[in-house]
Amino acid sequence: MNYTSDEMMTVAAARALRDGAVCFVGIGLPSTAANLARRTHAPSLVLVYESGTIGAKPTSLPLSIGDGILADTADAVVSVPEVFNYWLQPGRIDVGFLSAAQLDRFGNINTTVIGADYRNPSVRLPGAGGAPEIAASCGEVIVVVRQSRRAFVDRVDFVTSLGYGRGRGDRERLGLRRGGPSRIITDLGVLQPEPETCEFVLTHLHPGVTVEQALASTGWALRVSPDLARTAPPTAEELSVLRALEATKGAA
Amino acid sequence: MAQLLPLAEAVAEVVRDGDTVAFEGFTHLIPFAAGHEVIRQRRRDLTLVRMTPDVIYDQLIGAGCARKLVFSWGGNPGVGSLHRFRDAVQHGWPAPLDLEEHSHAGMANRYVAAASGLPFAVLRGYVGTDLPAQTPNIAPITCPFTGEVLTAVPALNLDAAVIHAQRADRDGNVQLWGITGVQKEAVLAAKRSLVTVEEVVEVLEPKPGAVVLPTWAVGYVAHVPGGAHPSYAHGYSVRDNAYYQRWDAISRDRETFTAWLDALTGVRT
Repeated sequence: MNYTSDEMMTVAAARALRDGAVCFVGIGLPSTAANLARRTHAPSLVLVYESGTIGAKPTSLPLSIGDGILADTADAVVSVPEVFNYWLQPGRIDVGFLSAAQLDRFGNINTTVIGADYRNPSVRLPGAGGAPEIAASCGEVIVVVRQSRRAFVDRVDFVTSLGYGRGRGDRERLGLRRGGPSRIITDLGVLQPEPETCEFVLTHLHPGVTVEQALASTGWALRVSPDLARTAPPTAEELSVLRALEATKGAA
Repeated sequence: MAQLLPLAEAVAEVVRDGDTVAFEGFTHLIPFAAGHEVIRQRRRDLTLVRMTPDVIYDQLIGAGCARKLVFSWGGNPGVGSLHRFRDAVQHGWPAPLDLEEHSHAGMANRYVAAASGLPFAVLRGYVGTDLPAQTPNIAPITCPFTGEVLTAVPALNLDAAVIHAQRADRDGNVQLWGITGVQKEAVLAAKRSLVTVEEVVEVLEPKPGAVVLPTWAVGYVAHVPGGAHPSYAHGYSVRDNAYYQRWDAISRDRETFTAWLDALTGVRT
């Protein structure tokens, strides 16, 4: 069965979610991946959206974080202060999903500005949203982003959400009690932090992708894990569920 | 007691030049009609406050109503960038826009502090990010009991708050449900407030999970059916996703935007 690199990326992200986990979901690809996981191997996955919908079980893919289908199918709908203060901050969320305009080898994320001067940016991006506290307070963070030299940079122009700072030990020094990014899933493969340094190294290549392609699409000297593995291609079931899901986008 | 007024009169009472004003609504119940009325009344020098400045703030910024934006995420949800916001930040058109930038958790807590009558809120937030270096309103604070260093953000005290709700009764008691965001906190953080509603009813039937704002906590109520469009009112309308997509094209250049603005304000060209 043919599939696109975005489909591979979404399937890889879905597979990273274990059944029963509590997942803080952003709109777009993370939401698609979480809903795919819930319809395949992880029926008990708990979806929490920052709009305050806890345990949402949308029957169609939402187009925004606050679609009515999320409130209609949630176990509870709470206020925005509550979702951040009672549910995210104390560490009740296992997995957070983030994307990035830029990220570096330690998984630090920029979604604020491109350019060195914050007051006079070359591109003004949307900003932080819930990401800084998701990055700080979830048990682990999965970053989903297309791999390119523009996005995978030696140094991010702005740290919107902290990964591992300048390396191992920085999170602890800053008093962060949980997690950090556990993997970066791209359209080419998967990067995971090396335990000794917390630097992200290439651990998986998706089918048909070469190491050279991954290196050429990374703006730092990406290192390759000695245990480099191949991602299993999407199964027929994963693809058909994913496509059926995509077809429902915004249907509610 | 809240006063029931037509939209234009209520907006004139509540939103004044130079105000710090929040139009809240987290994707759901965004008070678009009231925002458009602010544009028609040509309010100026507003400090616009909103967690997610989306299309409504793109319109207010492009129309020249804003001097400053206090926010945590500025984008067109599910579509992409806000072109009028970007044009203001990157090129100062139609006027320069000061930014005060936070995270969602920081903004939510700032509303809570103001609604609670406290000078600041405490959270575990912003640690290790570059936001505190750009936003003076983010500062470390030491817990007097444990010695732990946390983050403080000041109360977000508003001159005015504007929200949209499903319904009110004739006494001006307001009821909203579905995704309720930070609307209650915004109203309680403000000196003046306006709630536009889909429906004015004789009796507010209790609704599980609904937020009720008693009339004595609300300034003005205006009956504006469809006042959240292209956002939605749970139980009354659905989100007009096509509008958000169209906005991307309309807002992309100054000319098409200006034509949109002229149509809104009734200028003949």
